[in-house]
Amino acid sequence: MTSARAVSLVAKREFVTKVRTRSFLIGTAVIIAVLAGYVVLQSVLFDDQQRSVVGLSGQATQLADPLREKARSFGIDVETRDVTTTGDAEEQVRDGKLDALVTGAPPSLKMIVKGSGNDVLTTALNDVLRQQVLVAQLAEAGITPQQVAQNLANVEVAVTALDPVDPQRGQRLAIGLIVAALLYYSLLVYGTMVAQGVVEEKSSRVVEILLATVRPWQLLLGKVIGLGAVGLLQLLVISTVGLGLSSAFDVIDAGALGGTALLTGVLWYLLGFFLYATVFAAAASLVSRQEELQSVLTPISMTIIVAFVAGINLMIGSPSGPTVTFLSLLPPFAPILMPGRMAMGVATPWQVVLAIVLALAAIAAITWLGGKVYANAVLRTGARVKLREALRL
Amino acid sequence: MPEGVLEIDRISKRYGEVVALRDMSFDVRAGELFGFVGSNGAGKTTTMRIALGVLAADSGEVRWNGRTVDLDTRRRIGYMPEERGLYPRMKVLDQLVYLAELHGMSTNEAHTSAENWIARLGLRDRRADEVQRLSLGNQQRVQLAAALVHEPDVLVLDEPFSGLDPVAVDVMSQVLREKASSGVPVVFSSHQLDLVERLCDRVGIVSAGSMVAVGTVDELRSGGVSRLVVESPTTDWTATLGGVRVIEKNGTRCVLELADGVDDQSVLHAALAAGPVHEFSRQRPSLTELFRNVVTTEARIA
Repeated sequence: MTSARAVSLVAKREFVTKVRTRSFLIGTAVIIAVLAGYVVLQSVLFDDQQRSVVGLSGQATQLADPLREKARSFGIDVETRDVTTTGDAEEQVRDGKLDALVTGAPPSLKMIVKGSGNDVLTTALNDVLRQQVLVAQLAEAGITPQQVAQNLANVEVAVTALDPVDPQRGQRLAIGLIVAALLYYSLLVYGTMVAQGVVEEKSSRVVEILLATVRPWQLLLGKVIGLGAVGLLQLLVISTVGLGLSSAFDVIDAGALGGTALLTGVLWYLLGFFLYATVFAAAASLVSRQEELQSVLTPISMTIIVAFVAGINLMIGSPSGPTVTFLSLLPPFAPILMPGRMAMGVATPWQVVLAIVLALAAIAAITWLGGKVYANAVLRTGARVKLREALRL
Repeated sequence: MPEGVLEIDRISKRYGEVVALRDMSFDVRAGELFGFVGSNGAGKTTTMRIALGVLAADSGEVRWNGRTVDLDTRRRIGYMPEERGLYPRMKVLDQLVYLAELHGMSTNEAHTSAENWIARLGLRDRRADEVQRLSLGNQQRVQLAAALVHEPDVLVLDEPFSGLDPVAVDVMSQVLREKASSGVPVVFSSHQLDLVERLCDRVGIVSAGSMVAVGTVDELRSGGVSRLVVESPTTDWTATLGGVRVIEKNGTRCVLELADGVDDQSVLHAALAAGPVHEFSRQRPSLTELFRNVVTTEARIA
């Protein structure tokens, strides 16, 4: 039997067993539900904020077109409705069906709102009103309003931006944070799963039967590949559903930004998983019971948690600052920080390449070292094996 | 048909200062049931683990048909470790198919063989259950099936009878006998010496990491000290005989131990001369006595 067959048999078992478990199915469903809920909530809030329904009564109805135009230039959507009975309309404002009710004739308009109303809407209405008054007065003074309007349109301050603001900055930041969070979750959850698998085999002693027929490295590699594939599957399902929902609800421009983020996410998931999974497996092989597992995993989990928490804060603050740039190059932090920074568009190509090269080198070293610890410790049941003993030979 | 010899040749193993095995040697031939006995910590499990490549020996060699055992030949061994081990949350059938595949069977062969052993060991109703839901006895059956599912050329079983009910003991004995008679060398360790005595073609007694006695049960029993059981009214006559010692006396019945070279017929004559003899027989030690004798002797030397 070839090594490839042995590894693929082990990997297949890990994959099939894990994907069939209820915890995987429910876990994925819950994450998708939370994600969907978040996207829908976002889009509803977005809509609410940017869409106002204004009732116009009497002479105010002639303001409908200019008001809509003005509001659009301010970045909000206004829907106007002609209202005949002011009393009913007032009731609708109270109920929240109308955001504002405008009555009276220009220039003395009245606006009825619930609570404090919408400042942008008020400003837009004021502008429209002033313009109408201005046009009327210009006409009275014998000046053609169109001429004035044309002259006005040409007046503009020339702005030179020293640090141009990326119009997509908000979206990029959001995607960067989501990618970092997903990778953080995947590495932690699936790394721990590898560790639990190792201890399960050790505590149930099945490892002795397995090692009578496959080599330790084949078992380890098969396990890492199998569970890594489960994590990848979940990551892809979650991202695809997430991107689909986001573009359906117009929350994020899924096309270009999302697609690239997904690719970098997958690349860094693979790098990060191979880096951490072997460490998790080696640490787990030192103990014989699930209860002891937490104590050996804590230092590893802490590294990932620190990378995530510190990284997120730094990324929000200054994504291209020297600290976060440096950290995002180091193998233990790169799998979470670098894809985040790449999604934000602040990582330069040489930084990305350097981080990947360093990560690959670290994977080679860790796999060799972790494989040795695993092979030496996995059959020693009973008391916790000291790391120094496991590294000997 | 598999045909061959498993040789354990001068294997030694130390754990730090502790010597676990010292020049352990024996062989198991085709078609033979070999019983491996010894007190706890004598080195039985260590020997088996080394034979399976689960542990590395410090020196010595394990050979199959004259060739050093490597991973490919090891795959042809059926192994039941002392610490029973199966995936607790895996279904019986899936588990056996997986293990058969790991031992080199194709998926189809693995399925056929797994179903076959499930049926033979009476596990058909439980084939879709997780192993952890099975009774201990049934888990043992699955464990045996796991050792047999890839139709191995050699069987190495560590304490296969421990924890089995009498029915399961019969099933296990029958399966082992069958395997042996189909030409597979079978070696197993056990503390149930009466069972070993009844079942095994040859027995090896281990003490303090070395093999101290190997042979068929008959050979082992006839070797060693000769004892006679004599029933006569008095034992005074024994005092006149050289090389005869009374080691047990119970009423008119006594057990005599004869030194090397003492003729039992002259003992009979002496007894008859002294009075009527109602019983005169040679007492052969049971395996248990042999074992106790060997182990205590070793302990005294050490």
